[in-house]
Amino acid sequence: MSGVQAPGAYEGAANVIAAGMLLLEFGMLRQALVRDQIRLYMAQSALISVLAIVIAADRNLPDLYALAALSAALKVVAVPLVLRRLLRRAGLDDEEMPGVAGSNTLSPATAVLAGIVLAAFGFFCFGSLGIHGPAAPALALSLAAAMVLVSFGLMIVRRDVASQAIGFLSLENAISLASLVVASGLPFILETGFLFDLLAAVVVFGMLIRAHHARSESLSTADLTKLQG
Amino acid sequence: MIAVILALLIVPLAAAIACAVLPAKLAPVITPVSGVACFGLVLALIPAAGHRDLNYLSYLRVDALSEIFLLATGFLYGAVTVYSVGYAKHHDQNQQHRDRYAKRFFAGLNLFAWAMLAAPIMGSLALLWIAIEITTIVSALLVAIEDTDRAAEAAWKYVLIASAGLGLALLATVFAYFAGSQVLGEHYNLAIRPLIASAAYLPHTPVRLAFMLAVLGYGTKVGFFPVHTWLPDAHSEAPTPVSALLSGALLATSFYAILRYYQVASGNLGSGFPRDTLLAFGVASLLLAALYVFGQRDIKRLLAYSSMEHMGILAIGVSFGAPVALAGVLLHVLAHAAAKGNAFMSAGVFTVKFGTKQISALRGGLDVLPWSGPLFLIAVFALSAMPPSGIFRSEFQIVYGGLGSGNYAAAAVLVALVTVVFFGLTASTTRMLFTPAPARRALAPSELRRSEQRRGEPSAWMVVPMVAGVVVLLILGLHPPSELNGLIARAVTQLGATR
Repeated sequence: MSGVQAPGAYEGAANVIAAGMLLLEFGMLRQALVRDQIRLYMAQSALISVLAIVIAADRNLPDLYALAALSAALKVVAVPLVLRRLLRRAGLDDEEMPGVAGSNTLSPATAVLAGIVLAAFGFFCFGSLGIHGPAAPALALSLAAAMVLVSFGLMIVRRDVASQAIGFLSLENAISLASLVVASGLPFILETGFLFDLLAAVVVFGMLIRAHHARSESLSTADLTKLQG
Repeated sequence: MIAVILALLIVPLAAAIACAVLPAKLAPVITPVSGVACFGLVLALIPAAGHRDLNYLSYLRVDALSEIFLLATGFLYGAVTVYSVGYAKHHDQNQQHRDRYAKRFFAGLNLFAWAMLAAPIMGSLALLWIAIEITTIVSALLVAIEDTDRAAEAAWKYVLIASAGLGLALLATVFAYFAGSQVLGEHYNLAIRPLIASAAYLPHTPVRLAFMLAVLGYGTKVGFFPVHTWLPDAHSEAPTPVSALLSGALLATSFYAILRYYQVASGNLGSGFPRDTLLAFGVASLLLAALYVFGQRDIKRLLAYSSMEHMGILAIGVSFGAPVALAGVLLHVLAHAAAKGNAFMSAGVFTVKFGTKQISALRGGLDVLPWSGPLFLIAVFALSAMPPSGIFRSEFQIVYGGLGSGNYAAAAVLVALVTVVFFGLTASTTRMLFTPAPARRALAPSELRRSEQRRGEPSAWMVVPMVAGVVVLLILGLHPPSELNGLIARAVTQLGATR
């Protein structure tokens, strides 16, 4: 069905979008400013919605249009808004937000190199599994696996709660990408459930970030070392 | 039966909303009523679930396996809510703060229990994931509720690590869908029943991948090594009733999710790969717990590592695959819920009485606490598999099954490590209970004030559920009811036991 309407177009689009998302993930990894990380996250989320629209058109799945709209409303608008408000309250205004001091445990160059190693590992591991189907271009799936590992890397190398939260959100984007690639037919109600769960998680992340900031006057996690052993 | 299942989904949620909306003084009334009612509802499901699978609307499903986990959560929810009535009274702040705390605490407790009760009822792997994610979100807030530096740190680590783990579990869900859709069609809704029924026809690689990701992802919430790092922090810093639920019910509920993937994987790949995977995670977790119970200074961290030990035992038990071992695993889920609930609840009485969680400051427990002291001792002995507790029976079955199925080395490792944990637990317990209270001059002023409290329990509300827990442990150890045995036998069949 899909092949008859637009041979190769869907697969090509999926691969290009997946590659774009992985590049944005690297952008988040090296970006020192939380404000810019949020912008990159918005762009990455927008790409997810575009991919959903491409798949909806190509495979004639009208549910996915609604999913794309819902996903954009949540991930491109609502979640960044919540994060920005949090940062403003934490005194890190857009104009002068310097990023969190000492947040990078690695220099940007080292972090990117480590990210490349992680991405290559994920990419080739998944590539060798040979999971694919008419609706599942293997390349996009491998790129999603690379993104998952890079987002874990982002959470590990950063020492501030905002960047770690963004790492988690981009992990969720990577999983959304994998889900669109291999599970585009998943019933709409379940996809919606996942999205609202994400929203609830963001609210809780936000509350805990606020609580953390209220206690330590900073977003840094360097002082979260009381519980050991 | 659909009415009972729907009631299980509605009652705790309604109680949570009522606690949040109504005046604070009603929360300690509503919550235990909801807790005990839910336990009654879960009990009412035993006869039906022991004979057939209850499926409704393809999204709700209670079979023997899910009923076992519902029983563990239902019992602990009932016990902990009664305990909380006494616990919340001792939250020493002014009236206004206490009211605000009580509203949040009881609403959160009910919501947490609701999500844990909902998880085994969900007939679809996607809804199961959503329910377990909700447990994370709610319990992270409950961990942070004490509003201390340590609680904030524990909550952040918990929410970040558990959410990342559940991200992997979501990926597992996606691959389970991919595998299922190859056989069941594009509109497959991740329902558990057809997936297990068609397991043999699914493509191998996605199933293998989904199982690995599920063990690692849900294993984060079970507390498997090496993704356990949130567990001791969250267990020690949460309010005690929440710690009891985290340990006795939440870890088990997450293990239930792994068992569902295990059913699919063993139907598809044969039993070798899934069992080996669980054996590796189980032994590693048990080993880590055995090393860390020694030298613990915080009573709740000590119990948290004991929880890791028991989750390791569950994983090893499933890896043995023999029917008697699987029956032991399912009995262990129930007995561990009762024993660990009791251990945390009595530890909570110690912390209320002495005003600290530091084991070094808890002395003369048997003199000061006439009920909770002996009950803590009983709980620790039960956790160490002393007869006649239910855990003795369950671990005996697991080891017997392991030896019977030829897993001699794993069974020997299990016995050795459990013995090591026994020494670690009893060493600390002996110090707490039998060492006389220190001389007055050795104490800081705040500790001195506490130590001057006379012999007696802080609240009878906190003792009653522990006595109920001991009764349950004795019933499970001495003479499990025939209905329960029938339920376990049916669940063992569903898990695909082989000799």
